Amino acid sequence: MKIAVCVKSVPDTETKISIAADKKNIELNGVRFITSPFDEFAIEEAIKLKEKNGGETVAISVGGKEVTDVLRDSLARGIDSAVHVDDPDLTWLDPLSTAKVLAAAIKDGGYDVVLCGQQGVGGDNSQVPSILAELLNIPQVTLVVKLEIDGTKFRAEREIEGAHEFVEGSLPAVFSAQKGLNEPRYPSIKGVMAARRKEIAVKNAEALGIKGTVGGDNRKVVIKEMTLPPDRGQGRRLEGDVDAQVKTLVDLLRKEAHVI
Amino acid sequence: MSQGILVFIEQRNGQIRKASLEALCEAQKHAGLSGGSVTALIIGENVKGLTAEVGKYNPTKILVADGAEFGSYSAEAYTEALAEAVKKTDPRFVFAAQTAMARDFLPRAAARCDAPVISDVMSFIVDGDKLGPVRPMYSGKCFGQYEINSPLAFITVRPNVFPVSAPDASAAPAVEDLAIKPENIRAKVVETHKSEGSKIELSEASIVVAGGRGIKGPENWGVLEELCDALGAALAASRAVVDAGWIDHQHQVGQTGKVVSPQLYIACGISGAIQHLAGMSSSKVIVAINKDAEAPIFKHATYGVVGDIFEVVPKLTAEIKNLQNN
Repeated sequence: MKIAVCVKSVPDTETKISIAADKKNIELNGVRFITSPFDEFAIEEAIKLKEKNGGETVAISVGGKEVTDVLRDSLARGIDSAVHVDDPDLTWLDPLSTAKVLAAAIKDGGYDVVLCGQQGVGGDNSQVPSILAELLNIPQVTLVVKLEIDGTKFRAEREIEGAHEFVEGSLPAVFSAQKGLNEPRYPSIKGVMAARRKEIAVKNAEALGIKGTVGGDNRKVVIKEMTLPPDRGQGRRLEGDVDAQVKTLVDLLRKEAHVI
Repeated sequence: MSQGILVFIEQRNGQIRKASLEALCEAQKHAGLSGGSVTALIIGENVKGLTAEVGKYNPTKILVADGAEFGSYSAEAYTEALAEAVKKTDPRFVFAAQTAMARDFLPRAAARCDAPVISDVMSFIVDGDKLGPVRPMYSGKCFGQYEINSPLAFITVRPNVFPVSAPDASAAPAVEDLAIKPENIRAKVVETHKSEGSKIELSEASIVVAGGRGIKGPENWGVLEELCDALGAALAASRAVVDAGWIDHQHQVGQTGKVVSPQLYIACGISGAIQHLAGMSSSKVIVAINKDAEAPIFKHATYGVVGDIFEVVPKLTAEIKNLQNN
């Protein structure tokens, strides 16, 4: 079984966000990058699938030098090899462009399973897995919390509003991992050492046959301006004993805030 | 030239999602700018009866893709139907609500049309004939205003943000069948199991009651559930208690859970980690109940109550019930 895992390097979720001077991005100075938390579930699932079915796992990521650490992290967790799509033309991509790059890197690889996190923490678009499946012309299941594979058949449980639905289908397919799919393992020291020796294949747009067709002016959406949420202002700390505070609270919710 | 707006109306078991009506009503506001009319699209099996309800929100036309192929959800079948509707109506925008279903198939349909998706939009900035969707990023730690460089764009709106206008019983839009028979479906839903617990869907609730470590253990959710019942609220949780296994991930609010924007968010025994705050800070009113007066959550709360949740919450529940009985 050949498994691709698409991973993304994102600012640490602890990051306090501020806006860059050009207002088109967040301030990246001093930001620590990590593997997008949902991708950890995808990586773990890939490793588990290989443990069970044998085969090969490949981590793929698009971006600048910050991606190297994330790919090393995938390798340290147990992914076999890594592909880094690194090209100055392929930066600040919208989801459609990102999926086009990933599709170019995946399409001729003979993959049975493609795993992604259900969304990149940060951009929060939650689009790439479905677009990728369309571009590869294979089915997809998103928000997966349980995955069973038997030969070329799969059964996936996905999270929807107030329910879980079970999707059955045939491989190859794209799956996007939701929290709950598994318990991601931490990289072992041995894994970290081994990851340092593994080579990361670097490819550019030309090598993927997409030079000049993806990214840059081909992007169909761009961010015009980023802003911080409006200041919520000083809140009100209620006073008195618990009974008095509860009475005041209900009164304020009714008469001042009009929310109950 | 592309004009007008096509709105995907989601139904499950013959129930139309309120969030889809929100998307439809918001689309009406931008119909003029897009130089055309609003068409609604319903996909499902035996769903023609739903046109009456959708019609009250006054789309110019309702397209119905009705057939056994759409009886259980399949991303591929729904993609074919939506892509066909786009071909037929040639709209400038496709609107839908950001739900689990739309997240699954809408980007696929958009890719088939080589069009972008701007997801989870919370507001629009209109500049001349340009529509500038604004969406939260980093779970709401900041917002991005988008510029669209495409004759066709798909836009999903966050549930519970845009209002539904008053229904107009006299509206009688044209209803048309969308003849489409998807073939070669390689994956589809075979079963659906309702989740236990919260009766109200978190992302669509107008009131949310959330619990954190302060609830001390999974045996104590009852205290918050009673408040939920009194308020008609959905139950939410912080990451800490989800990771501890006290409640299912479906209830998690924050950067690796759901991002919610209810009218009222009551945080009980939640200290207010930055990732949690990101997931709820766009709530209209935030109430924090915590015995630690220094908890960061108080900096973000509209109203703060310093006290033990096991004392405060039952009293709050009683006071609300008391209010409802009088």
